Amino acid sequence: MLNPTTTEAGGVDPSAARPTPAPPTIRIDVARTWSQGSADAAEPVVELDGLSCYYGSFRAIRDVSTSIQRNRITALIGPSGCGKSTLLRTMNRMNDLVPGFRVEGRVVFEGTDVFDRSVDAVALRRLVGMVFQKPNPFPKSIFDNVAFGPRINGYRGDVSELVEASLRRAALWDEVKDKLKHSALALSGGQQQRLCIARTIAVEPELILMDEPCSALDPRATLQIEELMEDLKERYTILIVTHNMQQAARASDHTIFLTMGDDRAGYLVEEGPTNAIFTNPRERLTEEYVSGRFG
Amino acid sequence: MTALPSSVPTPQPSAATAARFEPDLARRKLAGTLFLGAAIFAIGIALLVLVLLLWDVFTRGLPYLDWDFITGVPSRRPANAGVWPAILGSLYIGVITAVITFPIGVAAALYLEEYAPRSRFTRLLRTNISNLAGVPSIIYGVFGLALFVRALSLGYTLISGALTLSLLILPVVIIASMEAVRAVPDSQREGAYALGATRWQMVRQAVLPAAAPGIMTGIILSMARAIGETAPLILVGAVTFVTYPPNPVQGGYTVLPIQIFQWASRPQEAFQAIAASAIIVLLVLLLILNMLALYLRARLSRHLQW
Repeated sequence: MLNPTTTEAGGVDPSAARPTPAPPTIRIDVARTWSQGSADAAEPVVELDGLSCYYGSFRAIRDVSTSIQRNRITALIGPSGCGKSTLLRTMNRMNDLVPGFRVEGRVVFEGTDVFDRSVDAVALRRLVGMVFQKPNPFPKSIFDNVAFGPRINGYRGDVSELVEASLRRAALWDEVKDKLKHSALALSGGQQQRLCIARTIAVEPELILMDEPCSALDPRATLQIEELMEDLKERYTILIVTHNMQQAARASDHTIFLTMGDDRAGYLVEEGPTNAIFTNPRERLTEEYVSGRFG
Repeated sequence: MTALPSSVPTPQPSAATAARFEPDLARRKLAGTLFLGAAIFAIGIALLVLVLLLWDVFTRGLPYLDWDFITGVPSRRPANAGVWPAILGSLYIGVITAVITFPIGVAAALYLEEYAPRSRFTRLLRTNISNLAGVPSIIYGVFGLALFVRALSLGYTLISGALTLSLLILPVVIIASMEAVRAVPDSQREGAYALGATRWQMVRQAVLPAAAPGIMTGIILSMARAIGETAPLILVGAVTFVTYPPNPVQGGYTVLPIQIFQWASRPQEAFQAIAASAIIVLLVLLLILNMLALYLRARLSRHLQW
């Protein structure tokens, strides 16, 4: 597990109290509490720098450079197969699990290149959470689902309090507070997805990646999740991949539009404030996509 | 297939469609009916055989089945004979075999499914394990004789027998555990990784609990098979006349199938009868084990619903 070392100012002190030279650590500002909002709102959480992703010899993402700003909801839109999910999964190194996957370029999370050899993907994934398209609660009780992340990460506080706080922040507490020991699989789809969100925020990530979290849900549950995202962005940064343009227009602050080139690699066409992308896009392709002429 | 009420006319195809299709519904349904008949016939035969077997055993053995029989020891006179040492031997062997195969089998399955790279070597390994599951049990007896009884000097003891049977059922346990692990959806593994789990944490906390019902069932059913084995144990020294409770590390033990074999080989009618009684005892023991497997499976899969 990576041990963050910080000075009081929040910078890195690699020589502090270590027998061997410390590898570059992921900088975590432990002084910043969760009740503070965007203390450094200007600074991006993630910067992509000329990122290309390959599955074997097939290039799935071509030369994407952008940044994800703190405490905002950023939507990643684009036609099917253009690489949105690939991009998302690269950010928390879930694509490491795919044999033959490699990247060129950099993904810089909180000032550190996540593909640097010294970075432990396991530590990264606590800080960059992910919510999947189809809710995937563990076949355990609701309590154990939310407690899973803290327990495996060696949480030393009161787990029950953390579970309650996470369920409250995920707007699920009132519905499940009397049945915490019941199986998580007995919940409805929307509740399961909120449980997965509660489980993700229980480990206190900085960035939450959401891969089409509402596509398996009915409209009412979708609306609940979107409202939840609006609340969550005070504490977390959210990057959501969505197929649903209305959702992107409704629920996000910033939008990134990706599309597939002739070589079937995804590339970034345009990005900007959601309003601008949908009402006054600069690129013709963007205009065609958001007005539904292809997709 | 529900029929439409008679007041609703059967939809008729248009003339153009009617020219191209020959529904012939009656003939097509006949094929289904014939198959159903054949299937019922087949199951009838299987059930008939089972019923005949049980009928024969119960009519011959039930009169002799009393408490003295269960708690007594074998004797030259069938009227006084009992199966207690055999019951104990079977239980000891079953438990020791399960205890040996559980960690080895589950660990092997987890390694092959979660850790091993998909190379030609691991494919070869998997094929070999499947083949081992089909090797006749007498071969394991010969191997156990050479390895445990002679080479490792464990002698003709219950431990040798248990180790031999462990080899016999290990491939089956590994395969059943592998199937159970494979059945866990990848979304569970991704969910665990996404929360910052190491690979071992993912396997131990997310995969293993989900695969537990299948693994437990595999072990208990294998244990039931081991308890029913006769040939390999004869080779490694289960004797046929044991009047004392077995000690795992000293010589002299017997198991129910061997006791049954010994009595059934005697010409006297009375011995045939107590052999039947012993068969009933064995069947009941196996039934209890199978129900235990079902119960454990149900308990462990409380939370599972996929």
